Amino acid sequence: MSLVLDMFTIIAVLAGAFFFLAGTVGLLRFPDTLARLHALTKADNLGLGLVVMGLLPQAEWPLDAFKLIAIWLFALLAGATVGQLMARTARRGRTTS
Amino acid sequence: MTLALAVDISLALLVLAVAGWIIAVRDTFAAVVGFVAYGLLLGLIWVRLAAPDVALTEAAIGGGLTGALLIGAAARVRKTETAARAEYPGTLIRTLAAILAVTVAAVLALGILALPDPAPTLAPAVAASLATTEVGNPVTAVLLAFRAMDTLLEAIVVLLALIGVWSLTPDRVWGGYPGPRRPVDPDGVLAWLARLLAPIGIIVGLYIFWIGADLPGGKFQGATILAAMWLLVIGAGLADTPPVSRIWLRILLVTGPLVFIAIGFAGAITAGAVLAYPEGYAKPLIVAIEIALMPTLVLTLALLVAGAPQRLPPQ
Repeated sequence: MSLVLDMFTIIAVLAGAFFFLAGTVGLLRFPDTLARLHALTKADNLGLGLVVMGLLPQAEWPLDAFKLIAIWLFALLAGATVGQLMARTARRGRTTS
Repeated sequence: MTLALAVDISLALLVLAVAGWIIAVRDTFAAVVGFVAYGLLLGLIWVRLAAPDVALTEAAIGGGLTGALLIGAAARVRKTETAARAEYPGTLIRTLAAILAVTVAAVLALGILALPDPAPTLAPAVAASLATTEVGNPVTAVLLAFRAMDTLLEAIVVLLALIGVWSLTPDRVWGGYPGPRRPVDPDGVLAWLARLLAPIGIIVGLYIFWIGADLPGGKFQGATILAAMWLLVIGAGLADTPPVSRIWLRILLVTGPLVFIAIGFAGAITAGAVLAYPEGYAKPLIVAIEIALMPTLVLTLALLVAGAPQRLPPQ
């Protein structure tokens, strides 16, 4: 059973790391601010989500697991809000690059 | 090579690379962004060194608060930056500065490498005397019992820094509101975030403050989170900074250090030394000092970021 859980952790964390890598490549390669924001928020949402999901079987139930989920939710909240604000500023034509 | 060692080495290399980049980069704003990342990476290194208290403080104060201060400063100097670049020091001065910096770093490195093994430490003494303070977290015991003088001076230093910021106020607006008036957009995404996040953030800040007695945490880290929540609400335009002429504000600003000093001098009578605690009363007195310092720190840290008064005082 623990082997299955460990496998799950490794696969999910690796998948999360892949999204972070893809997000970073997008941040460096995409042409404009909005596209770069798009790449970045994917890393936050999916990448961190997968890493947290992968770590859940390793965390102590219930407190540590809830803390992990809370961290992911806060990162989602902050990422979504800051992404909105930056996109709005970029559309107003101020320099954000 | 173990995986942990690989992580440590890459963290160290990353911190060095970011530090080099901060020095090399031309744009002030980019350097500030680098500094914030540097603070967070340093926090990770403190975690790896099993010092979560230092890591929390580094992330909150070193990365967060100092980062916010520097972003404000970078925004202020942006207009005059190109003019200032014309007065850039010549190659000779820069080379001398580089030599000086490298020498200081080398001396520090030599000092650390020359430490005897095991390095001199007071940790066993702290562990042996921890029970007398009735505090569970040895870091808190050091900060508020064994080295309380340092913490007292720290609390006074941040207050002095705030007075320094306030002293830059133009005469016309003295006593007025710090910072610009934020545009209010009650349906905006920032106002929404402030409404949603502030209550949670306040609970997290108070939790980190309270847990500091027994586990990593404490007033500085908690106060930074509370100050950040207040600044978020102010930044969203849902509240305004208090005018610096308010009496309640000034009383709260000096309460923390005054309570600390009062309890410290009371120790001279009741326990035989300044900043000593009478037997059996250590924990309640430490908690009293922490609670008194908390509002002072929240206000000081937030008002430091808010800056000097810019708008006329209320009539």
